[in-house]
Amino acid sequence: MKILVCISSVPDTTSKINFTADKSAFDKNGIQWVINPLDEFALTKAVKLQESQGATVTVINVGDIATEPVIRKALAIGANDAVRVNLDPKDSYSTAKEIAAVAQNGGYDLILCGKESIDYNGGSVPGMVAQLLNQPFVNASVGLDVNGSEATAVREIEGGKETISVKLPAVIAGQKGLVDEKDLIIPNMRGIMSARTKPLQVVEPTSSEVKVQGVSYDSVPPRAAVKMVSPDNLDELVRLLHEEAKVI
Amino acid sequence: MAVFVYAENINGVYKKAAFEAVSYAKAVADQAGDTVTAISVNPTDSSDLLYKYGASNVINIKDEGLKSFSAKAFAQAVSEVADGNIIIFPHTTDASSVAPMLAIMKNYSLITNVLEAPESLSPFQVKRRAFSGKGFMHAKAEGTGVIVTVSQNAFGVKENAASGSEEVKNLSVANEDTKVVSHEQSSGKLDLKEAEVVVSAGRGMKGPENWGMIEDLANVLGAATACSKPVSDIGWRPHTEHVGQTGKAISPNLYIAVGISGAIQHLAGVNSSKTIVVINSDPEAPFFKSADYGVVGDAFQIIPALTEKIKAIKG
Repeated sequence: MKILVCISSVPDTTSKINFTADKSAFDKNGIQWVINPLDEFALTKAVKLQESQGATVTVINVGDIATEPVIRKALAIGANDAVRVNLDPKDSYSTAKEIAAVAQNGGYDLILCGKESIDYNGGSVPGMVAQLLNQPFVNASVGLDVNGSEATAVREIEGGKETISVKLPAVIAGQKGLVDEKDLIIPNMRGIMSARTKPLQVVEPTSSEVKVQGVSYDSVPPRAAVKMVSPDNLDELVRLLHEEAKVI
Repeated sequence: MAVFVYAENINGVYKKAAFEAVSYAKAVADQAGDTVTAISVNPTDSSDLLYKYGASNVINIKDEGLKSFSAKAFAQAVSEVADGNIIIFPHTTDASSVAPMLAIMKNYSLITNVLEAPESLSPFQVKRRAFSGKGFMHAKAEGTGVIVTVSQNAFGVKENAASGSEEVKNLSVANEDTKVVSHEQSSGKLDLKEAEVVVSAGRGMKGPENWGMIEDLANVLGAATACSKPVSDIGWRPHTEHVGQTGKAISPNLYIAVGISGAIQHLAGVNSSKTIVVINSDPEAPFFKSADYGVVGDAFQIIPALTEKIKAIKG
């Protein structure tokens, strides 16, 4: 079985987000980059399938050379090889198109992604890749088993969950629960050393078409100073919520 | 500029997110000088519910093959009837699975997680959530066709009655690639993303056995319950309740955080809540800086007392 895992390089979750002075772009200064946490669940699941079913795992990232440390980390976690599409992605569509172009000829049985990236939060790439490849798509997966040419995915739905059998090849977008947080793989020294010699193929993009542009960015405005209420005066808290905030 | 909107239902019953999406579509249609056509798949609810928020046409897709959800098949069905250049979806799990596939089918731009009515229609430009709630992006669509997904609880549900007409479309979309094996809906539980009030708790609760008081407060408020990441990681509460950067992003009217210190990743998921109340025994908890109201004290005394007081005013 061949698995393709799509990974995105995103600011570390503890990053404060700033924008350039003219607000036209995200300010990358001082940012630590990590594998998108939701993609990490997908990657770990793929490595588990590699161990249990002898699958091969290829990671793909659409990004410029600055994303290579993150790709190497994915290799250290256990992917067999990697592809980087040499394009600083501008939107979900251009990213999905490049992933689909690589996947088209790769003969992958399963494409795994995180359900969204924690930077631009588009949540669009997995579904777009599926449609570009004319494959079935299961989003928000919190469980996955593969049995021959079929997969069984559990997806989260509002107020419950649903178990779906899917014909492969298919695209599955995962989230926390696809594997447990405690099962995420922290690369050991052997993994890090072997990642240095694993194949990382760089391919050029097939198109430059963009469908959505980020015109400008705003930070979240600060809240007014907190009003502290004594624990002995909860009537006052109830009054504030009822009369001032009008939320109860 | 015909405006279409996907009115999502669960087992035939329209979701609040559907009414919000229709309300949003009505605002866009008013801007465009056009009308709203709502599309629904196998609804049992009356179309009157959609006219109430501004839909003047409702297309009810009838298709036995779509009794259970498949992103691809639903996208195909919507594609067959959505004959407009603006298509609105709620940003629910199902709708945000359908929208990207539809965008490729139609060769339209897709802007997800939008928060406000568009800044302009031509080109289509709108404010959207980005950086997991730590920032906003003003996104511009290229080309003439655009699909948007509306972030839940952002635009609000707005009554705007229109007189409407209904059309039934019988389709039979191929749905062979996926099959729903089982479907579990927890009954009587409020959906966290739709909830207008959320009571959330963290490690300060000391153990899962103490969640009863959180649930009691939530019940009195008609609220959903949530938790911080460490709590779901330890297994005190299910993953589905984790709010934050790698969990769910929510925007309720009232968010009450009990025993949560307020890590930046947690704030990212909740800071678009309209009012935030923080209850924590540590006066230095960073969450107080992002709260509207704060109480320093022992949650085990405060929560039951607060529950009683709210019960009293709710009468």
